[in-house]
Amino acid sequence: MSQRIPVTELTGDFRQRAKEALGDDQLRTNFRNAMDSLMTKRADAFPDEEEREGLRELGNRIKARALSRLPDLLEQLETRLTENGVHVHWAETVEEANRIVHGIIERRQGRRVVKGKSMVSEEMEMNDYLAGRGIESLESDMGEYIVQLDNEKPSHIIMPAIHKNRRQVSRLFHDHLGEPETDDVNELIRIGRRALRRKFMEADVGVSGVNFAIAETGTLLLVENEGNGRMSTTAPPVHIAVTGIEKVVQNLRDVVPLLSLLTRSALGQPITTYVNLISGPRKPEELDGPEEVHLVLLDNGRTGAFADAQMRQTLNCIRCGACMNHCPVYTRVGGHTYGEVYPGPIGKIITPHMVGLHKVPDHPSASSLCGACGEVCPVKIPIPELLQRLRQENVKSPEEEPGVKDGGAKYSRSERLIWRLWQQLNSRPGIYRLFLWGATRFRKLTPKKAGPWTDNHTAPVPARRSLHDLAKDHLARQGGQ
Amino acid sequence: MSELFYDAAPNATRVAPERPVPRHYPAKPTEVILFGTCVVDLFFPEAGLDAIRLLEREGIRVHFPANQSCCGQPAWTSGYVAEAKAVARAQLEVLDAGLPVVVPSGSCAGMFRQHYRELFAGDAGMLEKVERLSEQTFELAEFLVHVCQVNWQDLGSPTRVALHTSCSARREMNTHLHARELLGKLSNVERVEHDHESECCGFGGTFSVRMPEISGAMVKDKTQSLMASGADEMVTADGGCLLNINGSLDKQGEVFRGRHLASFLWERVSGAAKEEVA
Repeated sequence: MSQRIPVTELTGDFRQRAKEALGDDQLRTNFRNAMDSLMTKRADAFPDEEEREGLRELGNRIKARALSRLPDLLEQLETRLTENGVHVHWAETVEEANRIVHGIIERRQGRRVVKGKSMVSEEMEMNDYLAGRGIESLESDMGEYIVQLDNEKPSHIIMPAIHKNRRQVSRLFHDHLGEPETDDVNELIRIGRRALRRKFMEADVGVSGVNFAIAETGTLLLVENEGNGRMSTTAPPVHIAVTGIEKVVQNLRDVVPLLSLLTRSALGQPITTYVNLISGPRKPEELDGPEEVHLVLLDNGRTGAFADAQMRQTLNCIRCGACMNHCPVYTRVGGHTYGEVYPGPIGKIITPHMVGLHKVPDHPSASSLCGACGEVCPVKIPIPELLQRLRQENVKSPEEEPGVKDGGAKYSRSERLIWRLWQQLNSRPGIYRLFLWGATRFRKLTPKKAGPWTDNHTAPVPARRSLHDLAKDHLARQGGQ
Repeated sequence: MSELFYDAAPNATRVAPERPVPRHYPAKPTEVILFGTCVVDLFFPEAGLDAIRLLEREGIRVHFPANQSCCGQPAWTSGYVAEAKAVARAQLEVLDAGLPVVVPSGSCAGMFRQHYRELFAGDAGMLEKVERLSEQTFELAEFLVHVCQVNWQDLGSPTRVALHTSCSARREMNTHLHARELLGKLSNVERVEHDHESECCGFGGTFSVRMPEISGAMVKDKTQSLMASGADEMVTADGGCLLNINGSLDKQGEVFRGRHLASFLWERVSGAAKEEVA
């Protein structure tokens, strides 16, 4: 296991990591600037509000329709892909998916893997798995390459190295590749490309993700801006695509609006520089392309979400990242704080199905429910509503039926008791008025410290007289006139 | 452009997308109920009283049922459904009187209008009441603009204000548009924009105590941008945000403050310099 790539170990819980991130001025500036720019780009890409809303509605319906027929579409996808000469594999867990990928590589006696960007492979921690078995797995997406060099995980699903600025990247290239430091982004890209170019030619296997798997034609669609995706899927003799089962759509016509939503929401692009449509291995008369193409379809908790009518909507996600770009919490704490593969609002609602709420008990609470995420989601996932649902699941008592994996992770008898008291106070008018009377009458006794509230605020002091009191007097006077 | 996509989509999706239906507003009523909200009740009662005065100025008789308390939002957003339901039930009891219910807080009004449905999903008997309340609920600024169609003379001296709107209120109730329109009617008031105006102030109910570090960073940024806007003060129609923003300003030792929109408006249209009520 000596070749295992060490991945930065996470310490503490969500709040602890958030605190550290908030104290890192450079990190906060990097995120704020990047997110501001991405929000502007998205807004510019949708100048017509009516068109945008129409398209979002359409995107939502296309995904809802695809999900309503998910088992059928997956079967059709398998049939068509198989007809096209693509090997289809099913994996219920990440362990299974890794075993499948490793098996394919072993059979070809592969030693070097080059990867296009794939969040599902991050979900599988594929690089680690392969490194542990003596296989070098190199990220070829520039952002992924940068975080891999620095033994980090992606901090954003679209821009993995968004937490770093150019000076930090320059230093990294200097330390690892011996390149002279530079402030020029184009030069940095050139350095990265030079290092990667050789690797494409040497690789035994190329791994990629999938943006849309098209059932009717058996086509895997992959978008990218760097050309590394095309290289990874065509230069090596074997191409393995890994994806989640929710990526299947019915036909190519469905892809048109979804693709437009994806690229405009993600980076404000009308379309990406490369759109790869992969329909099978090299045919005998063809000169290039891989000899073998595999697709690994991963479940990893997705069928659990599918089984719940409300949480099923999480499977609408087309992984554009707009929700994190617009999230005031993500903007401040960055992606690593979440401690999971998928950060930000979408991460908070899809991760519990994958790893269980007990592993991410603070995620549902890490939101002011401001609604920015739901407002920009290109496929209209009601993210705040689903966060709310997870909060309900989170505080369920052991006697209640959990609706999500490891529901009740935050159950606390004393907190429930507090809410019971709150309920009594607010559902019994006599008690409520007595409370008002006491709180206003003895306002001088209000404690100067009020838990975490007074970390950021002075203690709120009740008014001299409540509105109940003032209104009663006022309305009596009005009535008497 | 979008037509192109509809053509590209198969039959099942080739339909016009849903657009939010513009709300139909009734004629000005003679009587309304004011739902004060718990935060205003305890911390900003003068704002509640100013809301009553603004409504009375329009010739409307205001009722303030003594049995009202809280809309139930804190428990609902914290995941405590049964507790929220019990409190919601009590409000429905009090407010179901066939009169419009005016609320000087967008997020509480949004609770009535949007979330009571989710709270009582599947309970046909309650849903009838919920629908009636939803239909009858108006946020104060919305009510003044669209139902009262107020036309004011600004009696105050020239001033510059920044407007902060609660996120849920803005997204559920369009409160930013209503408040902007009201401020626009005041000839001596200049509304100035502030940086990241539509970003959350970090309150989020229990979020502010569950995640104090993040919430604190958000409110700090919000107060900084408000002060940098060049405004003399901030106005907002949401008690929660006001509690958060003013509490943070006070902690920072700043003199800049926010005020409830109702109080600001009453001062402008009545010409009365504010007497200290609280």
